[in-house]
Amino acid sequence: MRHHLVLRVVAKLLIPLIMLFALYVQFHGDYGPGGGFQAGVIFGSAFILYALIFGLENAEKVVPSAYLIALVSAGLLLYAGVGFAAMYLGGNFLDYGVLAGDFIAGQHLGILLVELGVGITVAAVMIVIFFAFAGRGEGDDEEEDDAANDADPVQDLASDSSRKA
Amino acid sequence: MIAAHLPALQIAIPLIAAPICLLLRRESLAWAWATFISWVVFALAWMMLEKTLTGGAFNYELGGWEAPWGIEYQVDAVNAFILLIVAAIGAIVMPYARASVNREIPEHKRGLFYTAYLLCLTGLLGITITGDAFNVFVFLEVSSLSSYALIAMGRDPKALTAAFQYLIMGTIGATFILIGIGLMYQMTGTLNMADLAKRLPAVEDSRPVLAAFAFFIVGVCLKLALFPLHLWLPNAYAYAPSVVTAFLAATATKVSVYVLYRFVFTIFGQSFSFDVIPLESILLVLSLAGIFAASTVAIFQTNVKRLLAYSSVAQIGYIMLGVALVTVAGLTASILHIFNHAIMKGALFLCMGAVYYQIGSVKIEDMNGIGKKMPFTMFAFVIAGLGLIGVPLTVGFISKWYLITAVLERGWWPVAVLILLSSLLAVIYIWRVVEAAYFKSGDDEVVVEEAPLSMLIPIYVLTGASVYFGIETSLPVETAAEAARQLLGIGG
Repeated sequence: MRHHLVLRVVAKLLIPLIMLFALYVQFHGDYGPGGGFQAGVIFGSAFILYALIFGLENAEKVVPSAYLIALVSAGLLLYAGVGFAAMYLGGNFLDYGVLAGDFIAGQHLGILLVELGVGITVAAVMIVIFFAFAGRGEGDDEEEDDAANDADPVQDLASDSSRKA
Repeated sequence: MIAAHLPALQIAIPLIAAPICLLLRRESLAWAWATFISWVVFALAWMMLEKTLTGGAFNYELGGWEAPWGIEYQVDAVNAFILLIVAAIGAIVMPYARASVNREIPEHKRGLFYTAYLLCLTGLLGITITGDAFNVFVFLEVSSLSSYALIAMGRDPKALTAAFQYLIMGTIGATFILIGIGLMYQMTGTLNMADLAKRLPAVEDSRPVLAAFAFFIVGVCLKLALFPLHLWLPNAYAYAPSVVTAFLAATATKVSVYVLYRFVFTIFGQSFSFDVIPLESILLVLSLAGIFAASTVAIFQTNVKRLLAYSSVAQIGYIMLGVALVTVAGLTASILHIFNHAIMKGALFLCMGAVYYQIGSVKIEDMNGIGKKMPFTMFAFVIAGLGLIGVPLTVGFISKWYLITAVLERGWWPVAVLILLSSLLAVIYIWRVVEAAYFKSGDDEVVVEEAPLSMLIPIYVLTGASVYFGIETSLPVETAAEAARQLLGIGG
């Protein structure tokens, strides 16, 4: 990774801007084009760009797979949690109107949180998918070896130890 | 509070349980959680069925938005019954899953397995409960995507190919359904089912509506595996993990049949579906062809799971035959067979899961003499198999009885003869397994033990149900009859 100097410098410049733009798309989604899904994809693409330029290993140091799995669930939990909160506060499932003092403020808060949940899950899923594809054939990937072998205990042990290593 | 929110909780609880299940890192915790949620879902479905049977249909506005604009969940006797079937199978299969999953699925994937199962359950329940046409498609994708993942976890490398084949066919089906819904939306400007039913008659002579109907029917028949659109099913069922096969065989195609009922009878209406379009003769020919072709193919299978999968295609034929009759009696028989077939096929696939658990194969030649080694499992297989044939005192007999009565009511006696003849084919393919298990001597050197109790109890719950509901038929028959009357808009 010593070469590609231009790419590395440009990527380092661009990545913060991409993330910032993602946040803009995320939080401006109430008023203009955008929203959680688009923002999540843009945010995820910042990490994917990082992984492309600086390598998968470095990217996995930034966001370990365990965190990604947690983030994938966290987004959906936030979404459904808002729904349950609305139900708890006396409205129907996902009825944002009851979330705050008045109806309009409640709707704002509700859609903001729900879209944030969508954004988190989509960004995490994008990165997970990229890691899964990029990591194929490297031996430490989880998808590859299980599909091929017959759940042979010896091979499972081997792949387990290689994963630990 | 719970009573008012039942329809939302039915979907929201398994939905929120799925990410929590992913976060529980221990496999045993994930299993316990998924099992617990399955039982909660079952209790909710039971409460909803009671509520519809006593108080009639009710609805739930998601987000508090009024019906034609917002998404509405609509519960009546038809879908409450299907919800109960799906939830009950989930609740019975999950306690069984632990042992089977531990044997068949590598450890680091087990948490993901239970998560995918919960998502699949959410999707199937969602398709059934929703009163919004587009929402049907969304939940269809939720259940389909998770079932592709579940099938691909099978131990045999062919599982991956089978899942991919299902993915291609399923996506074509889902796309056709979406095109159909899109055309309906274009012509009426609404996606709410009740609203669609009101607005469609005004534009029903237009070509887009005819195209919508055609796309929709082909798409949904792909998903429910009506012959000759069943090609994805045998491999998917044969190579999926045992638990997945039992769960999907008893629920997934049934839910698609429900979607067909809903669109054909409630939305397009009986007169459009059967008078303007010759759906009756199409369904009649295809279902009869399916019964005979699939039963015949089943006879020649060497893999018992594949044999049962072909038998499922044939059973879908009986279910669709009831639809083709377009009478209350026919639809009652159809809905009744959904219930009865879910019980029998669930039990049979669970038996095969237990056999696979002990001998690592479900090929007929590997099952020689297994009747002596696993007496309880194979006894359950025989009882459930008798149901599939239609022997009296089993649920299969009740299904066939109602179906034949309904067919004779229309005066189609050649069809009634064909139904009886097709039962003989079921005798042959079930007999092949029984013959291997009881009348051929296996290798006595190999010690094979009976399946563990955690597997036998769910097997016997389903087998017991297949006998119980074959004698005491009031619950399924009355609910199915009520559902059929509601679908055809008669009485109730």
